[in-house]
Amino acid sequence: MDEALIPNGVQRCSPKTFFLWMLVWLALISWGLVSAFLCFYKGLNQTNMNHYFAFGLWIVFDLSLIALGAGAFFTGFLAHVIGNVFIYPFVKNLKTIVNAAVVIGFICYSGAIAMLGVDIGQPLRGWFIFWHANVHSMLTEVSFCITVYLGVLTIEYLPLIFSNRKLDKIPELNIFGDSLHHLVALFAAAGTFLSFFHQGSLGGMFGVLFGRPFAFRQGFFIWPWTFFLFIHSSIAAGPSFTLLCVWITQKVTGKTLVQKSVFTLLAKISGWLLATYIILKILDTIGWAYGVVPRAGLSFMDFYQGFYGVWLIIAEIGVFGIIPAIILITPQLRERNGLLVIGAAMNVIGIVFNRFVFSIQTLAVPVMPFDTFMSYLPTWQEWGIALGTVGYGILLFSLSYRYLSLFPQEAELNPVTIFGQVVKDFGVIKRG
Amino acid sequence: MKKRDSAKGARYGMVIDLDRCTGCGTCTIACAAENNVSVLYDESDKTRNINWLKIYMLTNGKAFPHTEVVYLPRPCMQCGNPPCVPVCPATATTNDSDDGIVSQIYTRCIGCRYCMAACPYHARDFNWFDPAFPKGMDRYLSPEVSPRMRGVVEKCSFCHHRLMSAKSKAYFEGRRDLREDEYIPACVEACPTQAITFGDLNNPKHRVSELIKNPSAFRLLERLGTEPKVYYLTTKDWMRRMADNYLQGESKKEGNRPEKKNG
Repeated sequence: MDEALIPNGVQRCSPKTFFLWMLVWLALISWGLVSAFLCFYKGLNQTNMNHYFAFGLWIVFDLSLIALGAGAFFTGFLAHVIGNVFIYPFVKNLKTIVNAAVVIGFICYSGAIAMLGVDIGQPLRGWFIFWHANVHSMLTEVSFCITVYLGVLTIEYLPLIFSNRKLDKIPELNIFGDSLHHLVALFAAAGTFLSFFHQGSLGGMFGVLFGRPFAFRQGFFIWPWTFFLFIHSSIAAGPSFTLLCVWITQKVTGKTLVQKSVFTLLAKISGWLLATYIILKILDTIGWAYGVVPRAGLSFMDFYQGFYGVWLIIAEIGVFGIIPAIILITPQLRERNGLLVIGAAMNVIGIVFNRFVFSIQTLAVPVMPFDTFMSYLPTWQEWGIALGTVGYGILLFSLSYRYLSLFPQEAELNPVTIFGQVVKDFGVIKRG
Repeated sequence: MKKRDSAKGARYGMVIDLDRCTGCGTCTIACAAENNVSVLYDESDKTRNINWLKIYMLTNGKAFPHTEVVYLPRPCMQCGNPPCVPVCPATATTNDSDDGIVSQIYTRCIGCRYCMAACPYHARDFNWFDPAFPKGMDRYLSPEVSPRMRGVVEKCSFCHHRLMSAKSKAYFEGRRDLREDEYIPACVEACPTQAITFGDLNNPKHRVSELIKNPSAFRLLERLGTEPKVYYLTTKDWMRRMADNYLQGESKKEGNRPEKKNG
């Protein structure tokens, strides 16, 4: 039915199987749309957020998605900028995964922006951030950079869409796509610049809260240490997330989509960045515990009580920080498939923990001595929008995988043979 | 932590004598009526109701007969170094350099709630619901203050509209300066025990400028560097200590520093 759209030389599942697969994610998206409708129609009273928890599940998802989407800019930066200028193996290896990284990045950023659109109380006034911009606000910087970077990601995604077998035959699109493709290094560099700023500003958003000693950090010039830590942690976790997504795609499709050397290279980069990040994070935590905390008249344990106990810091830095760093930087460990994936998954979980702690625990900790710890559980509407975004991501990635050349090595690694002959144009052959 | 006060002209502030406050709640009612504060269907939900001036009941934690109770009214602290102002992405909250009042522009607020996350006093409320008033009460709304719509943040403004009226009146009378009694917020006016004193902290003729020099004067969470313009007075040592966080064995004098004028 859709053979004409499927890239040459690769095999895809039947339209029926694909439709059933899509139904699952469409169901999640529908849940999200119903939730979004209720939030727009009835207001944010549909959530469990309150005056104490001004931020909730959506902000945790937003921060996590943007951190994990960093794989797009960082892989692009390594492949197109560093690879072309300094280290050739980066070009050779990472270019085979950079398309997938761009799509994952696009999904993460567009999903996060859509979720923010529901999260603000007056969605129709979202543009006020640009019109009445407060240049002192980290959130303004985040909004500007995220919006522009989504534009960059769209520009990086378009040549991929135009390379579809059917669209490629339209000369105008072909020329347009090719022209954009020639500028890819420029966009990769622009993306890197923008990403550094918004990843940092997201960290800065919490670090500047001098009324919240749990989040507040000193820093360099106008940037609190969290500014730099958020950049560092995102480039540590982003490649791991890209690796994980591609690995899951391989498992679902039952194919080898990229060579193992690409996985191990990504894991190595991710691992060393995570290891250095964890060292800096530990130093930051010690500096905070002996600086900001006593100056505010508080002790370390004042911040870790009830559900928000010390286990959070042990889980974030120890279990999901130090352990994956060791796995990913040790060649013998990362060469083992199972450990490689476990290491990457733990790295991703660690970053989600970090973003959770900064957005939720910051608000749960009382500052006034006569206030108490608060707790928060999201409603089904909040889960609906968060999981609907996940559904949207999987749906768009599935469509991209089916109809676009997401993995340039796929045909070479999975040759389709008929009567012993390798078929390069498989689109004309009826699929089972 | 940074210390800065951008007020160049007047610096309006409040001194609340906690030893006089009986916790009657008149100030809260007067504030709500003056400022068209909407009413929730379920007002018992104190994490979502709108309350510009909240009263905390605090005790010394001792058993009877040594129990002592203090009622602490908490309006917006109108900080000299407000944590909420620099974070707002849409410049919907500003610190007026003419009077030191931290304002909220409701029609510009996008409802991101970042300011609420920044405020350690929980002085900012978000409209989770459409504004509603019990039947008939809408006829008593003040035309001076715009009601807020769903999805925006609101807060105590020190009855800023009263300042505007007083300034207009003075202008028409050919005066530049306001007399002490010309501009006072509704809560100050309503307090039956006169526990709240209001005025220009920069003006030596105003009572507040003297009251803040009292050794019993203190502010909430002073060591964070927010420079609140709401002061409290009490003779109760435990209450002054409860106003800020202290490490074990640390002197409470830390929290009792007189504020520098226009520092």
